[in-house]
Amino acid sequence: MSPGLLQPVELTIELATVATLVLIVVATPLAWWLARSRAWWKEAIAAVVSLPIVLPPTVIGFYLLVALGPHGPGGAIARLWGASTLAFTFGGLVVGSVVYSLPFVVQPIRNAFTAIGDRPLEVAATLRASPSRAFFAVALPLASPGLLTGAVLGFAHTVGEFGVVLMIGGAIPGHTAVVSTTIFDYVETGEWGKANGLAAGMVVFAFVVILAMIAIEKRFARGRP
Amino acid sequence: MSAADGIDARFAGRLGAFAFDFALNAPPSGVTALYGPSGCGKTTLLRCIAGLNRVRDGYCRVNGELWQDGARLFTPTHRRALGYVFQEASLFPHLSVKANLGFGAPPAEGGSAPAIDWDEVVELCGLEPLLDRAPRDLSGGERQRVALGRALLSQPRLLLMDEPLSALDDAAKADILPFLERLRDRLSLPALYVTHDMTEVERLADHLALIDRGRVIAAGPLGQMQSDPALPLAAARGAAVTLTGKIAAVDESYGLTTVAVAGGAFVAPGALGPVGARRRLRILAGDVSLAPAPPGPSSILNVLPARVLSIRTVSANELVVVLGLGGDGAGDRILARVTRRSWERLGLSEGVSVHAQVKGVALSRDREA
Repeated sequence: MSPGLLQPVELTIELATVATLVLIVVATPLAWWLARSRAWWKEAIAAVVSLPIVLPPTVIGFYLLVALGPHGPGGAIARLWGASTLAFTFGGLVVGSVVYSLPFVVQPIRNAFTAIGDRPLEVAATLRASPSRAFFAVALPLASPGLLTGAVLGFAHTVGEFGVVLMIGGAIPGHTAVVSTTIFDYVETGEWGKANGLAAGMVVFAFVVILAMIAIEKRFARGRP
Repeated sequence: MSAADGIDARFAGRLGAFAFDFALNAPPSGVTALYGPSGCGKTTLLRCIAGLNRVRDGYCRVNGELWQDGARLFTPTHRRALGYVFQEASLFPHLSVKANLGFGAPPAEGGSAPAIDWDEVVELCGLEPLLDRAPRDLSGGERQRVALGRALLSQPRLLLMDEPLSALDDAAKADILPFLERLRDRLSLPALYVTHDMTEVERLADHLALIDRGRVIAAGPLGQMQSDPALPLAAARGAAVTLTGKIAAVDESYGLTTVAVAGGAFVAPGALGPVGARRRLRILAGDVSLAPAPPGPSSILNVLPARVLSIRTVSANELVVVLGLGGDGAGDRILARVTRRSWERLGLSEGVSVHAQVKGVALSRDREA
């Protein structure tokens, strides 16, 4: 693969890895709260988290652009280190990816926590486990298939996003040009061979991800009584 | 505050459509059975005591330790020194048997050894061959034994058991009952045992609390409760009384064991233990018949002088007679179920002396005092 093709691939993997780590850290407590809370307004929060499933990426991209820009909270944060905006930066892409992929990570983790039920946590409490020990020693290991599914989906979804990264990243080579936007650029400039190289790679990647998901599900379905 | 003031639990409230108003007093040691039909709220009471259900109008004190006082004080479950055995074993599927057992056990470091020792529990519950197995590879009875051991190793000062045998088939039940008996006999841990099965009560309980429609309708020592004609137990089809006694003699040539109880002695076939050992005797009301005078020669082993203390009519033509063993009627109480015709023909009445002929006596082990 030529260096021109390698750069967006590396950037995509880096972005997806960082975004997935952030997603797991953000989505796990959120999913736990959604699965356990009895607050009547929790479904409203769940709906907000799920908005990216329905909204066109351009809508999310537009509002993220405003939020990350010089006059939004993203700009205020950027001023901490002397910059004026988070838009068109790698950090901005991470924020955008996390927002965009959040529902796909929260949902399987929430389902896994719900499937555990109350009983194992009650058992843990009768065995003197504090709520935090019950979470880390019982709930988290029992929900691990859901976490793994969430991580794979989050990673794959970040790799596959286009509209949002184009709007808030601007496809700047070496900084924000990921595989999906690069393919678009190659097509625009008539470099069909290069576009095909990256596109075919994405097809293989998608196939491997789906196969991996099926394997994870099968493995855990066998492993549990 | 004395450490030996037993269990004082009161909970009132409702769960969905089910309203309850429980007041339970249980002694500081021994097994207290919470017995009642399904849906009567036994499990709710147990969960309230454990702090798994929280009702505002609740009070719970266990051997001097206050766990709940209305809405002012509520100790969360994980800070209560209790062990809880659920109806389904609920082992952690991601942990081995050994790790399940160790989950609630206090860390090994620190000078003092725990009161309930690992090796003792492993031996008591027969867990040695299971330690390295995964929960999914165990049978139902084995799982419940692990759950029991796990609860014990958390060093509880109160053991709560919610129908631990009801999810098991008869063979597994028969397999685990002896473990529960050994447990009762070896550990001085107070326990509340929820069940709707009278045989479990007769084998395991020292005390009995009768529960019906969200209330504790009566509570007391097992034998006393069983022979109280005012309670529904005495009128039930399989009414029986559980007595405790000591083996007084073993006749090796005939293979008979004599067990002495207050006011009399029973003979049962078989060499059933060493002289002096304590045994529980279960005597069915339907196995006891009455004669006004000492009967002639008979194949019935047990004929005991007794006195009629009270009666209760259980149907148009049947009644249950409460008997006090001994010529003066001051010994243990048993029940006899007789027809109205026999009662009238024999000219019996309260206070008269009779001879009770007991057809069958079932023995099981009991705590060595």
